[in-house]
Amino acid sequence: MHSPKNEAELAEIIAGAETPLCVEGGGTRGCEVEGDRLALRGLSGIELYEPGSLTLVARAGTPMAEIETLLASEGQRLAFEPMDTRGVLGSSGAPTIGGAIAVNSSGPRRIQGGAARDYLLGVRFVDGAGQVIKNGGRVMKNVTGYDLVKLMAGSYGTLGVLSEVSLKVLPIPEAMATVSVAVPDLLSAVRAMSTALGSPYDVTGAAYDPGSGLAHIRLEGFAPSVRYRQEKLAGELAGSGEVENRSGSEHLWQDIRDVAAFQGREGDVWRISVKPSDAVKLAPMLEAEALQFDWGGGLIWALTSEGADLRARLMSAGLSGHATLVRAQSATIAALGRFQQQAQALELISDGLRSRFDPRGVLNRGLMRAGQMAGMGRA
Amino acid sequence: MEMPVPNVAILARKTHLAARLSLVLPGDALIQDEMETRAYECDGLAAYRCPPLMVVLPRTTQEVSDVLRICHEEGVPVVPRGAGTSLAGGALPTADSVILGVARMNEVLETDYDNRVIRVQSGRTNLSVSGAVEEEEFFYAPDPSSQLACAIAGNIAMNSGGAHCLKYGVTTNNLLGVTLVMMDGTVVEIGGAHLDAGGLDLLGVICGSEGQLGVVTEATLRILRKPEGARPVLIGYDSNEVAGACVSDIIKAGVLPVAIEFMDRPCIEACEAFAKAGYPMCEALLIVEVEGSPAEIDHQLGLIKEIAQSHNPVELREATDADEAARIWLGRKSAFGAMGQINDYMCLDGTIPVSSLPHVLRRIGELSQQFGLAVANVFHAGDGNMHPLILFDANKPGDLELCEDFGAEILKLCVEVGGCLTGEHGVGIEKRDLMLHQYSAEDLEAQLRVKDVFDPQWLLNPAKVFPLSVTESRRAPALAAE
Repeated sequence: MHSPKNEAELAEIIAGAETPLCVEGGGTRGCEVEGDRLALRGLSGIELYEPGSLTLVARAGTPMAEIETLLASEGQRLAFEPMDTRGVLGSSGAPTIGGAIAVNSSGPRRIQGGAARDYLLGVRFVDGAGQVIKNGGRVMKNVTGYDLVKLMAGSYGTLGVLSEVSLKVLPIPEAMATVSVAVPDLLSAVRAMSTALGSPYDVTGAAYDPGSGLAHIRLEGFAPSVRYRQEKLAGELAGSGEVENRSGSEHLWQDIRDVAAFQGREGDVWRISVKPSDAVKLAPMLEAEALQFDWGGGLIWALTSEGADLRARLMSAGLSGHATLVRAQSATIAALGRFQQQAQALELISDGLRSRFDPRGVLNRGLMRAGQMAGMGRA
Repeated sequence: MEMPVPNVAILARKTHLAARLSLVLPGDALIQDEMETRAYECDGLAAYRCPPLMVVLPRTTQEVSDVLRICHEEGVPVVPRGAGTSLAGGALPTADSVILGVARMNEVLETDYDNRVIRVQSGRTNLSVSGAVEEEEFFYAPDPSSQLACAIAGNIAMNSGGAHCLKYGVTTNNLLGVTLVMMDGTVVEIGGAHLDAGGLDLLGVICGSEGQLGVVTEATLRILRKPEGARPVLIGYDSNEVAGACVSDIIKAGVLPVAIEFMDRPCIEACEAFAKAGYPMCEALLIVEVEGSPAEIDHQLGLIKEIAQSHNPVELREATDADEAARIWLGRKSAFGAMGQINDYMCLDGTIPVSSLPHVLRRIGELSQQFGLAVANVFHAGDGNMHPLILFDANKPGDLELCEDFGAEILKLCVEVGGCLTGEHGVGIEKRDLMLHQYSAEDLEAQLRVKDVFDPQWLLNPAKVFPLSVTESRRAPALAAE
């Protein structure tokens, strides 16, 4: 296992790699491609934090907990609400900021504030040839050259290994409240969430749990403002079902974020991104053992029997969107691929980018392309 | 500003190219008359002009695809153009290039309130996107100052921001999908009405690529419900440092205004003389705007006023009605017009960490003395995006060059303090030659690789964004092929 202590060592390891590397942040997802483990935990530490500029710069291997603790001491947070995958994956380890960025993590607040990519101001990374590259910076508005920052977020370590990230952080709001509506079915739930998301009340979460039959709407801000909006929304949603106003409910949203309902249950876990209104059509076709809806219906979490191919069902329904296989036996992942194949022209572009940023194919080889995993990729 | 020498072989084949293009375009979509192509010789950076070889104004994605395929086959550079409002020369032609203008592609294709998205052709103007959803009380958030004229295509090319992006983000945060035509004519769909496109974030790298990776013909944009109301407060201070500290304290206190605008004394004086908005004469003015219901606005403004008071303002004026709100914004919104009355000016666009504000303003003042050119500062203080306006006389020989040198020094200063060359206008030709101040050759090489993948022949807007010396070897094959 390689454990670089700094960026220079990281660059040296990658430049000298003669076999593929499996890039690992906090190890919460486990290494899933073949190769020598390259652990980033040694690249740790917060390099800059300016609360008055809402800016944080940290080395990629910095534990998420360390960052969250520091931010909380100034009343701030990472607003993209990174998911803690350990529960649903049944894994251990300590999540790192680099890992969260590499997978473009996001939570229920995606509908209002965006994903990790939307808070990522700058990166330093080492490409597959061992070259250190920087892009972006530490300021909130930056259109200087191409936005490789976005490209790196969600590239799962296949274009380069992050060594440092700059982030925009936000204040923790004074208050949070939830409006929960008891709805008869998914259609009513999506309609209620659409009403809430189409209101002027700045909703920061809209999720539906078919188990309890509740659609939850989250509001955040100053206490008087949250109270006001909660009352308004409760009024507008009264026609959808019985409304319950809750204060707090941090745990509820944490459970939604982490898909706690699936924890400890057998089966495959899928994450499907669709247009919210399409969820109504798609959900019955999934034949899932359990479902959870977030993002107003636009994010579907499905727990299915082992080996079920939900992607085929998404495509047979003629819906646009994509399905990611989050948890399954390795044989299923090998058969179906973790990520959905895109149109050929897009796969060609993506392959082109990967072969230019990682010409020898040493970084998380095959992770993002099923074809490569099956041995069809570049040598 | 140096531009590549036009390829004489292409100039010689103008008639041939026009004949091929006329086969795929309606008669009125191809312009080659020299008087008419002059209308496309520059964009908002009017100091630089060059009529293109010809201009095409397609109406459909298919026509765009046909044009690009033909130009690709003929090895002719293409410069995409939205509404031509770029302040960085992003749409400046070369004599051997075809201008591909999307202005006629301005339809709304789909409005979907249930999913809070709108799909438009990319030539549609920014403000008219909001206009299309106004009756349902929705809006499209990014609001560049040129929003009345600028096109979504250009917004995507430059990843445009605006005064309200502190709360709502810039174009990249509000763009969900595009139809992109590649230089070889291939049409690709990226993303859609769902929140995250699959695979690598190609949408993220296309947004802000200044028309160098492909031509966006359609876009799916997030639309938002309008807030119940908005109201500004005007705060005056007798020093830039104190105003900067006030901005920082507001942000730290957890109030997230939709806009925090900052004007320095030269700017206040010019605006006051021009617009007579009733601004106090002081060193620094802040306009802070918050949104919500009347009670929510009162609450937030209460907190802001408390913070402002703790820094001893010389003026603190809250708008109590729409008229007063308009008066507070009047001066700020006429800042550019006011400058134009005084003289020719160049508008810069660097971004700095908010904490460096006082230092940067002081240095700009010193540089102003050194260069003998006046400068006024107006900027989005919440996110550190500065717009220094340097005054010069275009009729005075050497003044433009002096102004450009002064501007370059300010931008280098922005980079020095941890900021960047451009926050929302783009690099274009204007900041192209400064790129090596912000990025190493290796950093730029990584960006060039992306263009290599999308446009291997380097035909799309090839003379922009990167120093010509850096891109020379990539542009050369296209020349040699002739």
